[in-house]
Amino acid sequence: MTNDVLKIKLAELLPAATFEEGTEWITIQLSPQDFSTSMQLLYRDDLLSMNYLFCLTCVDWKTHLTMVYHLTSTTHRCPLVIKVKLENTKPEIETVSHFWKTAIFHEREVYEMFGVNFLNHPDLRLLILPDGWEGKNPMRKDFEDPVNMIKL
Amino acid sequence: MYRETQILNDSTAQLAGPDGGDMVINVGPQHPATHGVLHLVITLSGETIKKVEPHLGYIHRSIEKMCESLSYRQFIYVTSRMDYLSAHINNHACALCVEKGLQVEVPPRAQVIRVLMDELTRIASHELWWGAMAMDIGAFTPFFHAFRERESINDIMEETCGARLTMNYMVPGGVMHDLHPNFQQRVKDFLQLYKRKVSEYDELVTGNVIFQSRMKNVGILSADDAVSYGCTGPVARGSGVSCDIRKLHPYEIYDKLEFDEVLETGGDSFARYMVRIREMNQSIKIIEQLIDNIPEGEFQAKTKAVLKLPKGEFYTRVETARGELGVYILSEGGTTPYRIKFRSPGFSNLSVLDTIARGGKIGDLIAMMGTLDLVIPDIDR
Repeated sequence: MTNDVLKIKLAELLPAATFEEGTEWITIQLSPQDFSTSMQLLYRDDLLSMNYLFCLTCVDWKTHLTMVYHLTSTTHRCPLVIKVKLENTKPEIETVSHFWKTAIFHEREVYEMFGVNFLNHPDLRLLILPDGWEGKNPMRKDFEDPVNMIKL
Repeated sequence: MYRETQILNDSTAQLAGPDGGDMVINVGPQHPATHGVLHLVITLSGETIKKVEPHLGYIHRSIEKMCESLSYRQFIYVTSRMDYLSAHINNHACALCVEKGLQVEVPPRAQVIRVLMDELTRIASHELWWGAMAMDIGAFTPFFHAFRERESINDIMEETCGARLTMNYMVPGGVMHDLHPNFQQRVKDFLQLYKRKVSEYDELVTGNVIFQSRMKNVGILSADDAVSYGCTGPVARGSGVSCDIRKLHPYEIYDKLEFDEVLETGGDSFARYMVRIREMNQSIKIIEQLIDNIPEGEFQAKTKAVLKLPKGEFYTRVETARGELGVYILSEGGTTPYRIKFRSPGFSNLSVLDTIARGGKIGDLIAMMGTLDLVIPDIDR
């Protein structure tokens, strides 16, 4: 499958999605409301069958957060990037770990590093940070640690 | 209260049955079989594993955060410390990502040198894994055999790159400096030595009856689970999932080389073992094709002293000894990355441990972990 075919198919499947221009891989933006159903469609669709989530991460833009999902399929191998904009103060998004089990660990990492709350996650606990971690999430841009952080 | 004590209290409260309940034991963080500071909390019913829960973070250095304040030339050096057994390949992934942003063409000589170094690293990494794997299940001699051969690769690396473990040889645009004059001859000597030793390995370990009975039908990973958990590298290929980035999304000159993607269908520990053993032979094949055909010319493309990536996002993938390493750079147009994410193969491969270990015996757990080939700094980053 090529990017063009994928784009046409996606436009049919997810009318609410907006496409980003000038990217190497097809990139779509979804709203947190449509997110859960859209991901389910991408996973279940026979032609797309996006069964492999190869990267899940979050970006702190200071004013808001963006979740970034890199998906592909083991049949057609055409990657797709999904972005969801979240608010800064109390970020919440539905988990995708029901579809891709790799998200269980990746979402736990994003949860502790960025403070994103994943709704309906089976096991949302700290993974890397020590127990009793208090204060801000370390990967946020406004995180300051005068003792342990070395600024270059 | 410590997390472990908490878990212990919780689990005895929940799981205690009429026969006295389950036992929770800790393996690690300081344990010879975990190959680093990995901590597993294992819930047992008799000898049977009910649950394995990895606890991470003992060697977390927040490399991603560190990279946000390092320039595009500097951050590559930090990545050698992620998966220290594939230092070259980590550097390679980062260099490729920066080159993608800069749209720099790498000279053919540099491409060949990079592939040669990658494949030597892969052999060295699998050698160490093979020795450690045999030691995990109680055979001590193979460890010395493996280290003897790995030593010659380390010597070759030392001559050209100046380091034996955390090499920093790949830079944006090519490699840092040209090959050492002895390089070709020493690699050829190594190949000869290595070919004599491969049959020895098989006699010593692979064909051993005790070894086989401990590895076969243990820790079975289905192909569906492998994809769902994002497993890559030999772990997924042992379950028959084709995932070799060198074949699927070729970078550098891999599309012009003759080699096979090693696939096994067993899905058990032995299949994962065989994938790595056979992969070493494929790496030898690649090195043989290239060692006499290193093109003359520049070893580095001309780049500016201060690199600036255009605004946008760049993602590259390479095949390390452990699987797919992804580098995601988000640039705002400055001299440092705005956000960088390393999708490390070990992190996803570790997450499958609970699935493959459940229902197995505690005595087999170390063998299962051994075949996952975990490098803890790669998981923690």
